[in-house]
Amino acid sequence: MTTFLTITVLVLIAIAIWQMTKIFELSQLSATKNEVATDKDNKYNGYLMFAFLIFIYGITIFSFYEYTKMLLPEAGSAHGADYDNLMLVSFIIIFFVQTITQFLLHYFAFKYRGEKGKKALFYAENHKLEFIWTIIPVIVLAGLILWGLYSWTNIMDINEDDDPLIVELYAQQFNWTARYGGEDNVLGEASVRMIDIDKANILGLDESDPNAADDVIVKELHLPVGRKVNFKMRSQDVLHSAYMPHFRAQMNCVPGMVTQFSFTPIRTTAEMRLDPDVIDKVKRANKIRAERAAEGIPNNDPWEYDYILLCNKICGKSHYNMQMKIIVETQEEYDKWMASQKTFSGAAVAGE
Amino acid sequence: MSGIQEHGDDHGHHHKETFVTKYIFSQDHKMIAKQYLITGLIMGFIGIAMSLMFRMQLAWPGQSFAIFETLLGKWAPGGVMDADVYLALVTIHGTIMVFFVLTAGLSGTFSNLLIPLQIGARDMASGFLNMISYWLFFLSAVIMLCSLFVEAGPASAGWTVYPPLSALPMAQSGSGMGMTLWLTSMAIFIASSLLGSLNYIVTVINLRTKGMSMTRLPLTIWAFLVTAIIGVVSFPVLFSAALLLIMDRSFGTSFFLSDIFIQGEVLHYQGGSPVLYEHLFWFLGHPEVYIVILPAMGIVSEIMANNARKPIFGYRAMIMSIIAIAFLSTIVWGHHMFISGMNPFLGSVFTFTTLLIAIPSAVKAFNWITTIWKGNLQMNPAMLFSIGFVSTFISGGLTGIVLGDSTLDINVHDTYFVVAHFHLVMGISALYGLLAGVYHWFPKMFGKMMNKNLGYVHFWITAVCAYGVFFPMHFVGMAGVPRRYYENTAFPMFDELTDVNILITVFALVAGLAQLVFVGNFIYSIFYGKKAEQNPWKANTLEWTTPVEHIHGNWPGEIPHVYRWSYDYSKTKENGEYVLPGQDYVPQNVPLQDGEEALEH
Repeated sequence: MTTFLTITVLVLIAIAIWQMTKIFELSQLSATKNEVATDKDNKYNGYLMFAFLIFIYGITIFSFYEYTKMLLPEAGSAHGADYDNLMLVSFIIIFFVQTITQFLLHYFAFKYRGEKGKKALFYAENHKLEFIWTIIPVIVLAGLILWGLYSWTNIMDINEDDDPLIVELYAQQFNWTARYGGEDNVLGEASVRMIDIDKANILGLDESDPNAADDVIVKELHLPVGRKVNFKMRSQDVLHSAYMPHFRAQMNCVPGMVTQFSFTPIRTTAEMRLDPDVIDKVKRANKIRAERAAEGIPNNDPWEYDYILLCNKICGKSHYNMQMKIIVETQEEYDKWMASQKTFSGAAVAGE
Repeated sequence: MSGIQEHGDDHGHHHKETFVTKYIFSQDHKMIAKQYLITGLIMGFIGIAMSLMFRMQLAWPGQSFAIFETLLGKWAPGGVMDADVYLALVTIHGTIMVFFVLTAGLSGTFSNLLIPLQIGARDMASGFLNMISYWLFFLSAVIMLCSLFVEAGPASAGWTVYPPLSALPMAQSGSGMGMTLWLTSMAIFIASSLLGSLNYIVTVINLRTKGMSMTRLPLTIWAFLVTAIIGVVSFPVLFSAALLLIMDRSFGTSFFLSDIFIQGEVLHYQGGSPVLYEHLFWFLGHPEVYIVILPAMGIVSEIMANNARKPIFGYRAMIMSIIAIAFLSTIVWGHHMFISGMNPFLGSVFTFTTLLIAIPSAVKAFNWITTIWKGNLQMNPAMLFSIGFVSTFISGGLTGIVLGDSTLDINVHDTYFVVAHFHLVMGISALYGLLAGVYHWFPKMFGKMMNKNLGYVHFWITAVCAYGVFFPMHFVGMAGVPRRYYENTAFPMFDELTDVNILITVFALVAGLAQLVFVGNFIYSIFYGKKAEQNPWKANTLEWTTPVEHIHGNWPGEIPHVYRWSYDYSKTKENGEYVLPGQDYVPQNVPLQDGEEALEH
C-alpha cells in the first residue's frame, strides 16, 4: 500500500512538473524564442543577485545570533585558551574576507547586468593588481601558519616534565576503559594477546610485570585539576578517536600502536557547572528533555553538566553511543576516589 | 594522429552505423560524453536520495517513515532506520557523489565532449580506449549498485573505508560481501579513470589543430589536462591501497592490521598499520578533491568570460594557479591525518603546504570577481551557476584555513564542521560547475535548448537551500557533534541542536525537490526543447563552429585553424569599434584583422 502511495505521489510530482513546463511554454510564446537571456532576464536576475547577497549576510547574522550560544563553553584545559584565541582570530579574518568578497561578487553581478548595446571593458591583465592579491594572502597566511605551528608544537610536545599523571585510554567496540599507573604512576606492559576474559584481564596486562600489579582500571575517568595528564591511547579492534571537545583535545586510537596526547585540566567539573554559559545551556537542554519526557520518550531525565569523552572515528553500529564520563576534581577528592579503587592485582585476587 | 587527420580530411563518406555502434558501444566522443553524463546524473539521483534519507533520520531520530520501509525494507523495521544502514547510506552517498558523479560525471562528461571540440580534433586519440573507459565505469557503477542488495548490507565503514573496520566482517556487517563488492567496483573504476585520463592527456598534447598553441587553449582544456595528470599520478596509489586491503581481507596478509582482539579472540594479524592505509588512501583522496574541483573551475572560467562578454582576467595567472594547485594537491594529504597518530612534525609540514594552497585559490577567486567587473553580464542559467560556484567556493574555501591548521583541526576534526566545509567547497561548488556545464553545452550535446525559466527556478532554490543546509552546519560542528553519528540523542549536550538539524533537513528536502525541476527540464528539453542555433551563446571557442547535427569527425570540411586565444570578447580596435563590426566577439578561427592589436597572452 505504501509502495503504491509513494509511486502515486512520484507520478503526481512528475505530472506537476510536466504541467509547469507546459505553462512556461505557453506563457512564453510571444516572448523569446531561443532560450537565451534577454535584458529582462538580466535585470531580474541582477536584482536577485543583490537580494541573494542580503540573504547570505542574513543567514550569517541569524546563525550567529541563534547558534553561538550552542557552541562549546570556555575550554577546560590549559592550552584551550590559546586554541580558542587562534580560532577567534582565524574567524575574524575569514568573515572579513567573506563579507568583502561576497559583496564584490554579487554587487558586480547586480551592477553590471547585461543590457543590449552596452560595451564590456576589454580588461585582460593587470600585473600590479594580481601581485597585490597574491602577496596579501601570503602575508596573512604566513602569520597564521607561524602561530598555528607554534601552538601545535607546544600542544604536541609530550614529555615527562612536571610529573604528569599517566593515564591509558583503552578503546573497544563500543566503550572506553581507563587505566592509571597506580602508586608508581607507571603503566604495566600490556598487549591484546594477553587478554584473558576468564581472569577478568580485559586490557591484556602482563601479569608478570611488577608495574602492572598496582594499575587501576576504571570506567569513569577522574582527573585532578591543575596536574598535567599524559594520555596513552590503545585500541583493541578498530580505529577509534578519543575526542574530548571541552578540553580541545583529540587523538585517534590505533590498533597495533600507542598514540599520545597531553593536556592540563584547569577547571573542575564543579566550577564548570557554575559557568553562566553552562548553566544556560543546561537549562535549555533540560527544558527540551522535560518536554520529551512528558511525551513519554525514555532516557530524558534531567541532565547535569559533565565533561565527556566521545568516539569520533567511525567504529561500527554503536559508534554514536561510545562515551565515557570525565570528572575533574580537586586533588583531595581525587585522592579519596583513587583510594577507593581496586588495583589490578587486588581485583584479580578478588575475582579468584 | 595522422590516421585521424587523413580520415578527417576526406569526409564525404559515412560509415553504416547500427543502433549498437551508434548509441551503445559508440566510439564517438560526443556520444560517450552523453553516456557519462546520463550515467552520472542517475548515480547523482541515487546519491542525493540517500542523503535525504539520512538527513531525515538526523532531524527526527528514531521516527518511523513509510518511505524508509519502502526503500530500505528489512533495514528499516517498522519504518525506523537501522543504525547499520544509516552508516551504509552515509558511506555509499559519499562514494557515489565523489567518484561516480563528481569525478566520472563531471570530468568524464566534459573532458570527452570538449577536448576534441575545443582543440579542433576529429575525436579522441583512441576512440576504442575511450569506449572501454566508459564501459568499465558503467560496470563499476553496476557493481556498486548491486552491493546495495547484499544480504549483510553494503559497505558501511565510511567512504574512506579505513581498516580494520573495513577489513573485518566481525567488526561490522557491511564489511563482508558488501565491502568486497565496493573494493571490486573501485578497482574497476580506477582502471576506467586511468584509461580516460591517459586518453585526455595524449589528445590535448598531440591533436591540437594548427595555431592552437598551449597558450591559446581555453581554460577548460587546461583544467581537464591538469586534472587528468593528477588522476594518473594519484589513482594508482588508491589502487594499491585497495589491492592490499583485498589481500588483508581475503588472503590473511597483515599490511594494515595488527594486534586485534575482537569477539573474544585474538586475530593472527601482526605488524601492519592502519596509518599506512590512511597515507595511501589520502595520497589519492586529497588530489581527488582537486580532480573534482579543477574541471568545474575550468568550466566556470569559460562560462563566466563568455557571459560577461569579457576576457577572463589574468589568463596566465589562471593557468599558473591551476598548475600550482595541482602540484600542491599531491603534497597536502597529511592534513586529513593530523591526529591519526603520525609524527606531529609531519603535521607541521602538512599545515605549511596546506595553507600554501590557499594562495593560488585566492588568486583564482579574485580573478573571477575581476572578470565580471565592468562586464555586460548575460544572466543565462549557466552564468548564474558559475557565479554561485564562486560564492560557495569562497565560503567553503575560507573555512579550510581552520581545518588546514593542525592546531585548530584538533577540535573540529571529523565533526560536522568538516562536513559543512567540504560540501560547500567541493560538493556544492563542483555540482554547480557540472550544472553550469550542462546548461551551457546542452545545445552542443543535444542540439536543443534547455528552458531558461525552469533553469532560473532551479538555480535560485538550489542556491538558497545550499547555504541553508551548510551554513548552520558549521555551528553544529563547532558545538562538537561528530559526523557519522546515527543519532545525537545519547548526549544531552547536543539536545538543543535538534532544531538546527531540522532546519538543515528541511532545506535539504526542498533542495532535493528543486533538482526534480532540473531533471524534468533536462528530459523534456532533449525531446521537445527548442532547436538550438549553431552558436547560441555567441562564444569564441571552436565547438560552436561545428554543425548542430552531430557528425562523426565533428567538422564536415577541413578542421578550422586557430589565430587567437578564446577570450577576445568585446575587443576593440584603436578607433573604439569592435574588431568584427557589429559583434562583440571574435571566434578563435578568425584571423587577425586590420587595425587590431595582437596581444600575447
